[in-house]
Amino acid sequence: MNTNDFLAANFRDIHSYEDFFASNRRDFLKRVGGGIVIFVALNDVLLGQEEARRPRGGRPGLPSDFNAFLRIGEDGRVTCLTGKIEMGQGPITSLPQMLAEELDTPLDTVDIVMGDTDLCPWDMGTFGSMTTRIFGPALCAAAAEAKLVLLELAAEQLKVPQSQLAARDGIIFDQENKDHRLTYGQLAKGQKIERHLQAKPALKKPADYRIAGKSLTRRDGEVKATGKAHYAADVRVPGMLYAKILRPPAHGAKLKSVDTAPAKAVAGVQVVQDGDLVAVLHEFPDVAENALGKIKADFDVPEATFNDKTVFDHLLKVAPESRVLKTGGDLEAGQKDAAKKFDCTYLNSYVAHSPMEPHAALAQIEGDQATVWASTQNPFGARDEIATAIGFPAQKVRVIAPFVGGGFGGKTNNREAVEAARLAKAAGKPVQVMWSRAEEFFYDSFRPAAIVKINSGVDAAGKMIFWDYDVYFAGERGAQQFYTVPNHRTAARGSGFGGPASAHPFATGAWRAPGNNTNTFARESQIDIMAAGAGIDPVEFRLNNLSDARMIRVLKAAAEKFGWTPAKGPSRRGFGVACGTDAGSYVAAIAEVAVNKDKGTVQVKRVVCAQDMGVIINPEGAKIQMEGCITMGLGYAFTEEVRFNGGAVLDTNYDTYEIPRFSWVPKIETVLVENNDTPPQGGGEPAIILMGALMANAIYDAAGARLFQLPMTTERVKAAIQKA
Amino acid sequence: MTETISFKLNDQLVQLKVDGDRPLLWVLRTDLGLTGTKYGCGEGHCGSCTVLLNQRATRSCLLKIKDVKNKELVTIEGLARNGRLHPVQKAFMEHDGLQCGFCTPGMILTAVSLLKYNPSPTDQQIGQGLEQNFCRCGAHVRIVQAVRQAAAEMKGAQ
Repeated sequence: MNTNDFLAANFRDIHSYEDFFASNRRDFLKRVGGGIVIFVALNDVLLGQEEARRPRGGRPGLPSDFNAFLRIGEDGRVTCLTGKIEMGQGPITSLPQMLAEELDTPLDTVDIVMGDTDLCPWDMGTFGSMTTRIFGPALCAAAAEAKLVLLELAAEQLKVPQSQLAARDGIIFDQENKDHRLTYGQLAKGQKIERHLQAKPALKKPADYRIAGKSLTRRDGEVKATGKAHYAADVRVPGMLYAKILRPPAHGAKLKSVDTAPAKAVAGVQVVQDGDLVAVLHEFPDVAENALGKIKADFDVPEATFNDKTVFDHLLKVAPESRVLKTGGDLEAGQKDAAKKFDCTYLNSYVAHSPMEPHAALAQIEGDQATVWASTQNPFGARDEIATAIGFPAQKVRVIAPFVGGGFGGKTNNREAVEAARLAKAAGKPVQVMWSRAEEFFYDSFRPAAIVKINSGVDAAGKMIFWDYDVYFAGERGAQQFYTVPNHRTAARGSGFGGPASAHPFATGAWRAPGNNTNTFARESQIDIMAAGAGIDPVEFRLNNLSDARMIRVLKAAAEKFGWTPAKGPSRRGFGVACGTDAGSYVAAIAEVAVNKDKGTVQVKRVVCAQDMGVIINPEGAKIQMEGCITMGLGYAFTEEVRFNGGAVLDTNYDTYEIPRFSWVPKIETVLVENNDTPPQGGGEPAIILMGALMANAIYDAAGARLFQLPMTTERVKAAIQKA
Repeated sequence: MTETISFKLNDQLVQLKVDGDRPLLWVLRTDLGLTGTKYGCGEGHCGSCTVLLNQRATRSCLLKIKDVKNKELVTIEGLARNGRLHPVQKAFMEHDGLQCGFCTPGMILTAVSLLKYNPSPTDQQIGQGLEQNFCRCGAHVRIVQAVRQAAAEMKGAQ
């Protein structure tokens, strides 16, 4: 598949946005006024070879048409325009940092406009750790092009050859006479320059960085620390109403009858019924909620055929055909030559995204124009969904994503935005929908329950000799192992993003490093089991079976920082190790835990994590993401599983669904392994992939008990200890 | 039942004609437009809706508006004084003690309350004090650092 086919395939569900952008660009220029505007067309020169080769995982999230990425105003201020959104991982800081570096302008002259479909270039969405590694290079290219324009203008105005000019701190100056200079604002004055980037410009080398590569605190720190930061539910427009929506008791339930009269009797309440969508609107959300409680509704609920305990048998039954991802050597021969064989099955339950901000949207319809403020990771996807639902052309729907209060993959479904738009249209007034925590649990697109089966073996010298791997329903991200095994086969069943209609009783989807948490839990547990079986120290076993230099480096960096001393497992020290790759980054971690064998509780004392993420834009920001991944990952490792019976989700709030808290957090030490030969890679997800196996391996080392199922609840730890 | 409720809100006397049984959280967010106080769970588990009631961290989702009658209420919008940020706010900014920022107002106000009753907490006590405030992004390490720094600064200022 060549790059263009690849891009086309990734944009297949997008309807006519190219037509849309032809006119939108003119509107856009009218709105922004004068100055220098740089448009970038994304073509193969901007996409790394590796991205282009990737068969489907790399959804680049970039437009193929020309789109504005930045503007330099007559006041010298630079505006960075991006369809990406800020949900905590920090692009609001790192993208301006990249832009300022390439354009040679002070960071405080750069403004950023994010997630506004009328102002920003089309974007697939903020996920897959693609903001820095895929959007970043495009933004840098636009900045480099802008600098060229400025140099051309300055050469003309200063009557100096362009080669004699240099740019620094928002100024172009004559290198032979530094007083001979013009600011970017002066150069942009009176200009209406629209430049289209055609070829990939030469970008700066990390060694020459002056702004990028340095730690910066968040640009949104103050608005967030003072309560001024607006999230979707904080937007207010005159005359708006708050909606509470009638919900079924289970997925798959059908509304048989409904009596809304008691709700209508409440003063100030407006009831809207639009097909299955029944909602109560009021100027106060609490009054709407009370009125909703008065509605009498009768649902047909389908009989539950499986629950959170029996889901794995069910999934094995309905699993689609196996898809071989990679194969090599001769598995049968490998099995024959193996000195020791290990045949294991790994399970993980459904996991909720559970952002602290529940889904929320405010929709306002004025004439033929709809504006929707939504907590979404993909404003352009939301725009298209809303347009379809209310019968508006896409260009008449503007979606604005204000600050998003956590997403982790869960805010790519825009049901609440569609609901708000439908209700606003029906009611003739602006309507806000904000889900309750119970609605958030009910409509979440959970990380799928999944199964991994691995059959593997080592030879007499402790070298891996065969590896036979099947993953069910998690998806293939992270499934391909990176150890040196002569005879191997890796296969996937189901994609992780849905699968057969009967597979899951509710929506499933991408959850921070989708697929990779499941795959890395299984792979790195199996590696540990083989190391113990072969009587070899688990770090040494990995190094013996690795040839990938980046992986060896991060593993050694983690071991060195931890102060690892070799011992075969279980050493009773409570030390565990795991490594993996995600979003182009390499990551390894070592943990120390203490296990209470009577209670089955695990206290994580220390986690050391080393990461190679290529060129680093904001080192402290990168470390904070690693810490966040490690902390959040403790949840799926120890407690997080969604309990359900058929389509009824039994967890409705945090009293039964436990997420990590302060007392869980170990001493965390992070190491950034320098690698300026690789462009910037993902940082918001990689470290979280390790947490399942890291904890399982440490528990094994402490207690001699092997856990094969996530989460490793106290009951499961106790049971494993009793079995050991 | 509609009644008149007076209380001090962010240093200003407020008089509301309101049904006294309405939840404090929603009166703050809608009637009073103070959206810095967040809804996270509605059942008092997560701490996103924390406010200071007579200087003590309290969950506004569990209170009725009549519960604040004649009391002193501070929301995140009222924490800065005379345009000067509270040391806890500054420390959260300097340590990046926040990511998505949704739990931040509740986290900061809980920390302010904690430091009032224990001006020199150990890291463990900081964690215990914030144990019932949830942060999904995993900013915990930096939040503890921030509260530790704020404690040191506030002691120095006394």
